[in-house]
Amino acid sequence: MGYLLRRLAATLPVMAVVAVVVFLLIHLSPGDPAALIAGDLATADDIARLRVALGLDQPLWRQFGLWLGRLASGDLGTSIFTQVPVRELLAQRIEPTLSIAVLTMALTVAVAVPLGTLAAWRAGSWIDRAVMLFAVLAFSVPVFLVGYLLIFAFAVHWPWFPVQGYTRIADDPAAWLRGLVLPCINLALVYIALITRMTRATVLEVLHEDYIRTARAKGLGVLPVLGHALRNAAVPIATTVGVGIALLIGGVVVTETVFAIPGVGRLVVESVQRHDYPVIQSVLLISAAVYVLINLLIDLSYRLFDPRIVY
Amino acid sequence: MKRSLACLLMLAAATAAPAQTKTLKVVAHADVKILDPTFTTAYISRNFGYMVYDTLFAQDANGTPKPQMVDKWTTSKDGKLWNFTLRPGLKFSDGSAVTSADVIASLQRWQSRDNLGKALVAAGAEWKPAGAQGFTLTLAEPFGMVLDALGKPSGFPPLILPERLAKLPTNAPMTEVLGSGPFVFKRDEWVPGNKAVFLRNPGYVPRSDAPSGMAGSKKPAFDRVEWLYLPDANSAIAALKRGEVDLIEQLPPDYIAPLRADANVKIGSGGSYQGFLVMNQSFPPFNNAKVRQAVLQAVSQDRFTAAMGYPLDMRVTYCATWFICGGPNETDAGAEPFRKADVAKAKQLLAEGGYKGEKVVLLVPSDITYLNAEALMAAQTMRSIGMNVDAQTMDWASIGARRAKKDAPEAGGWNMYVTVAGQFDVNSPINNAYLGAPCGTSLPGWPCDKQLDELRAAWIKETVPAKRKQLLDAFQRRAFEAVPYVNAGQYSAAFAARANLKNIDKLWGGLPNVWVLDR
Repeated sequence: MGYLLRRLAATLPVMAVVAVVVFLLIHLSPGDPAALIAGDLATADDIARLRVALGLDQPLWRQFGLWLGRLASGDLGTSIFTQVPVRELLAQRIEPTLSIAVLTMALTVAVAVPLGTLAAWRAGSWIDRAVMLFAVLAFSVPVFLVGYLLIFAFAVHWPWFPVQGYTRIADDPAAWLRGLVLPCINLALVYIALITRMTRATVLEVLHEDYIRTARAKGLGVLPVLGHALRNAAVPIATTVGVGIALLIGGVVVTETVFAIPGVGRLVVESVQRHDYPVIQSVLLISAAVYVLINLLIDLSYRLFDPRIVY
Repeated sequence: MKRSLACLLMLAAATAAPAQTKTLKVVAHADVKILDPTFTTAYISRNFGYMVYDTLFAQDANGTPKPQMVDKWTTSKDGKLWNFTLRPGLKFSDGSAVTSADVIASLQRWQSRDNLGKALVAAGAEWKPAGAQGFTLTLAEPFGMVLDALGKPSGFPPLILPERLAKLPTNAPMTEVLGSGPFVFKRDEWVPGNKAVFLRNPGYVPRSDAPSGMAGSKKPAFDRVEWLYLPDANSAIAALKRGEVDLIEQLPPDYIAPLRADANVKIGSGGSYQGFLVMNQSFPPFNNAKVRQAVLQAVSQDRFTAAMGYPLDMRVTYCATWFICGGPNETDAGAEPFRKADVAKAKQLLAEGGYKGEKVVLLVPSDITYLNAEALMAAQTMRSIGMNVDAQTMDWASIGARRAKKDAPEAGGWNMYVTVAGQFDVNSPINNAYLGAPCGTSLPGWPCDKQLDELRAAWIKETVPAKRKQLLDAFQRRAFEAVPYVNAGQYSAAFAARANLKNIDKLWGGLPNVWVLDR
């Protein structure tokens, strides 16, 4: 418990640094949201009036203070473009992002861990070489290209899945799942490649340990032996899976763009392009908090795999 | 493997529930972010306005203003007194009746923002109610464009809002949406950055005339219209080919030729656009009309629009008018010396203008493909006549901020940026704000030419068609001398529709008259 509290306390300075850096970076970069809102034919006077109305004419320190004050009271602010509260924008985006993250990592773990273990068990064989070739290809081919190929094959040529869009799970669970098949395969390929290689390397190392040799010498079957090996190889794999989930929650812009899924990644990119300051600031801060939290959970999970680890 | 494939097929077979309503899915040209068309001139917000609001008059497909919300109107012989009566039964989507108070408040809001509205104010316009359904306009002096103004299709169209909304401050966008137009905005399904949904307005009272342009009946055939924002063009086109969407409002030019070969898709014109090279006329070298003429002389319009990717049949090789070829004010007055790009002559004009190699800071947008091409062509054109171009690449948001700066170019200001404008924003001396070059304007570039300003004012006042034409010609001749901006060519934007969509030939000028469509 002491460790948990210390770790949680350590997140505060991290969040403070993130808040300051994000605020300064976006406010000091060139660009004016008021000019974009006012439109191409707007006069300089129109833009100046809008800057005043949006509070963008205030000194930076004052804008920062106002933002922090609102944040302290739980108010994430309001988009200066849509006038929609950031909380509401995030609520719209979090379901698609979480859906993609969870399904992608489930698919990844279901495929990569057995595949990597199999490659380690048959190290040097044609199976191992085939798995590694697949891993290299999946990691090397750009995500957008794989996305286009998946769309062409499984949405246009064989119209099994939709090209684009997201259906909320509450509206239609079948359509929700159907719409996520291609984006999740698209994203999972990279993670499958990464975790397959990671699993292969760690399991291979464990398989050379004395206790594995002893277990095999005692006549233990293949699966129980691999089970022991996997448990001992699980820490680095869990770390990679955890970081993968954090990255996915932070947003996967390319896949979200190719499949037109309204996730957090696109929200951030669109807000950056438009200089929608309240949205960028709040979403990045929350993403950073999620990242820190997931890292903490990963650390805590180590004890599940290895009881010798003590905090 | 077979089992996996079977699972995939089963999953694929679990299709969505059949559509219960007749839905039109449109890939919009941009994401609708601002729901107040009286606040911004962004085309997507204007289009949003046309979905949910209505106008007193509207242009038909010939560009003639026709009554829309107005039932009857009369004008005095001297054109200084106008009486209007609204059609009976008009109501906003909350059920409240549209009254003359709503109309007058909306027009007053519009007059504070729009060029034509401001011109009406300058002519002494005064609106007064005449009962709940009638209203009058009195003018201190004749004004030749009253009906054109009330049916203005772009820039800030004079949309009719409830009085309560029309009286809100104009310094920030309205967030409430309440109109009397053909559709109702479904806010609870709005996902900014992804989707905007409109439902047929059950209380809309259509005209009995057939639809034409933005005029006539706006009774929609579809119960529901979805605007989807698909930022990836490849995915949008795959969705169209697959039939997931019915219409792509603006097709990237690279895709026009390949889609023409697809029997399931039809391509049409999404309205005419004109390229603009906007010059900062507060600083050298573009504070000199000779230098501006030199750039105009060097521009090959066809090369600009070709570089932007438009095929031959969708671009005008040379358009001699500033007011849109094929538009109601097309004229070639004054164009003769500039018909052909002539580098030698441009160099001579540059020398006559006393150009001494001053750096020209050109703002190049990196994130909008066709504007990037236009800017690179501008750089190449100016370099070809010996100008010292400093092309600075940045995103459009940064250009938006930079172009408002009045600082010297070497101190963070600028000399030139590029843009495009739709036909309705350039097709007359009043709609083409840059060409009017009113002194004291705060338009970026700060064009100023008293003669143009005076000619424009005279053209607006004139009510005799022949005299108006003479003034129009004089205006354009002067524009070729003063060059408030450089016309970088005219092209047609393209839309792509599923072949089973009916009446796509009635879509007009890039405006969202989707009520003409059926399936």
